[in-house]
Amino acid sequence: MLFKEIIRMALSSLGAHKLRSFLTMAGITIGVFSVIGVMTAVSALRESIETGLSFLGASTVQFSKSSAIQRGGGDSAKYGKRKNITLSQAQRYVKLMEGVTDDISLKAFSQGSEAVYGGRKTTPDINYGGSNEHFLSSNQYAIDIGRNFTQADIELASPVVIIGQDIVSKLFPAESPLGKVIKVKAHAYTVIGTFVGRGTSFGQSEDAIAMVPITRFLNDNGAEGRSISIATGAPSQDTYMEIVDKGITAMRIARGLNANQENDFEVFSNDSLLDAFAKVADAVSSGAFVISAIALLAAGVGIMNIMLVSVTERTKEIGIRKSIGARKVNILSQFLIESVAISLAGGLAGILLGVLAGDGLAMLLKAQIIFPWGWSIAGLVVCTAIGVGFGFYPALKAAQLDPIEALRYE
Amino acid sequence: MSTLRTTRPIGPLVIDIDGVVKLYQMGTETIHALRGISLKIHRNEYLAIMGPSGSGKSTLMNMLGCLDTPTAGRYEFNGKNVAAMVDDELADIRNREIGFVFQTFNLLPRSDALRNVELPLIYAGIPSDQRRERAQQVLEEVGLGNRMHHKPNELSGGQRQRVAIARALVNKPSIILADEPTGNLDSQTGIEIMALFEELYKLGNTIIVVTHEEDIARHARRVVRLRDGLIESDGSVS
Repeated sequence: MLFKEIIRMALSSLGAHKLRSFLTMAGITIGVFSVIGVMTAVSALRESIETGLSFLGASTVQFSKSSAIQRGGGDSAKYGKRKNITLSQAQRYVKLMEGVTDDISLKAFSQGSEAVYGGRKTTPDINYGGSNEHFLSSNQYAIDIGRNFTQADIELASPVVIIGQDIVSKLFPAESPLGKVIKVKAHAYTVIGTFVGRGTSFGQSEDAIAMVPITRFLNDNGAEGRSISIATGAPSQDTYMEIVDKGITAMRIARGLNANQENDFEVFSNDSLLDAFAKVADAVSSGAFVISAIALLAAGVGIMNIMLVSVTERTKEIGIRKSIGARKVNILSQFLIESVAISLAGGLAGILLGVLAGDGLAMLLKAQIIFPWGWSIAGLVVCTAIGVGFGFYPALKAAQLDPIEALRYE
Repeated sequence: MSTLRTTRPIGPLVIDIDGVVKLYQMGTETIHALRGISLKIHRNEYLAIMGPSGSGKSTLMNMLGCLDTPTAGRYEFNGKNVAAMVDDELADIRNREIGFVFQTFNLLPRSDALRNVELPLIYAGIPSDQRRERAQQVLEEVGLGNRMHHKPNELSGGQRQRVAIARALVNKPSIILADEPTGNLDSQTGIEIMALFEELYKLGNTIIVVTHEEDIARHARRVVRLRDGLIESDGSVS
């Protein structure tokens, strides 16, 4: 009851100095904004990666020349020196893995292609690639209508294609695509099936895809300068680590490496992709964290400063309150509540702006929007602590004023 | 003149001061503000404390108002030993037992009259509806029933002092302690304020006025004169 009144007093005196309260608040807002903004963006991206990262199955390991996520210039130099993974090396790998697993898909892609049928054509951004009959399982695709590749398609390098829903809707708005001949990069393929729609991941449609047998793909587009990725699926999660180990051994043999040579290929799984992202995210997050901590510290000093000014200015008021019976704790809590209110209001504004900015960035990157509850609550707790921590000394100073001296103050 | 005044039976003892000494340290020098004062004040007395500046009158007032404690000597307020009290206990005494009226009114500038009068009740922990009712009642008693929602700067000096008196009365204190209550008012308004004190006295309140003006002291029934930290005279007004 008394507490409610004290809160009312505190808020009314903040209202009396609107500009000053606002400026003091702004410091806290900036500090909170930077950490919440970055955390929101990072969390949104992480969420999207975790739910949307599905070009590999859960128990699939992939080998390729270079990493999917590249960090800095050193990496690309490292990958540039490596030799491409050729089709014969990949086939050697498949042979070596016989008896371990046959769920191995070989993949090569050419991005930014255009598919044409009759007078219609797609936008020139489809993902055109070659693979084998295991593409579906290791890449989380499914056949909608028609059929998958057969081993014969691969061996004979048949000119057939399986297309995604984006291409179906562009080229075949009113008819069945099965059996029709489409052209991709001027090469003609008969449509044998369509993929079930998957939607978008990271702003890229996963349905703008046209897959042909890998042998055909290399014939049509040339094997020179193309490195093949090899995705190997484990029959179960339990055998996953074993498959990874055996796969690496088989890969080293296929690549002709000596025992003392390092792997000249990248091993990655969904987990390793997430790890790589997490490293980048952690670096960005800790940067934001340090900046925020410094900003909040500065803002806290600002609060303390303004509260000290406020205590001096209101010495007379404190004297009046004490003369009519305010206890020390009443005065202490009034000033503490003022500093906490400034800090919390600044924090709330920072959270609001940070979430807006972070989610704005997430939307630009076509990631899901999220509300970072954990970070927000942590932010409010920290702001309260700043308000109490930096407001305590001024409030104590006010509470300990001698009523006679305070009353005499002009 | 005194024959015209109502004389009342002496009430129970409120303030009992015995041999009070107050020393201040000013640098290396020790100031003897009070050198041994003994004073008894009963309920429903109307007392004036007079003395030139430096006589110790302000120090005595601070002591009576429980804003300060004596260096030596005994001070009992309603039988409670004030000299041994800590700050928060003194705050409670000030809140419940003492109503201050200051020369400069000392109202909170951003709060309206009603809110100013409510303030002691807030610190006493009175629920808001009772608080409001009591504050309104007291403001009406001092003749400000139609000014409750005015802020101090929207009120005249006399009205401000009435708000301050209402604030002093609101907790039904044992004593009202007025420090030069007319010092910042013109003489006509001063007379009105002193008339209000007279009325409050007749309603049974105990009033102590600290002043250096003989005209003001004349309103009281008893005058205590200080000089150099000692009581020079103490007697009823003739």
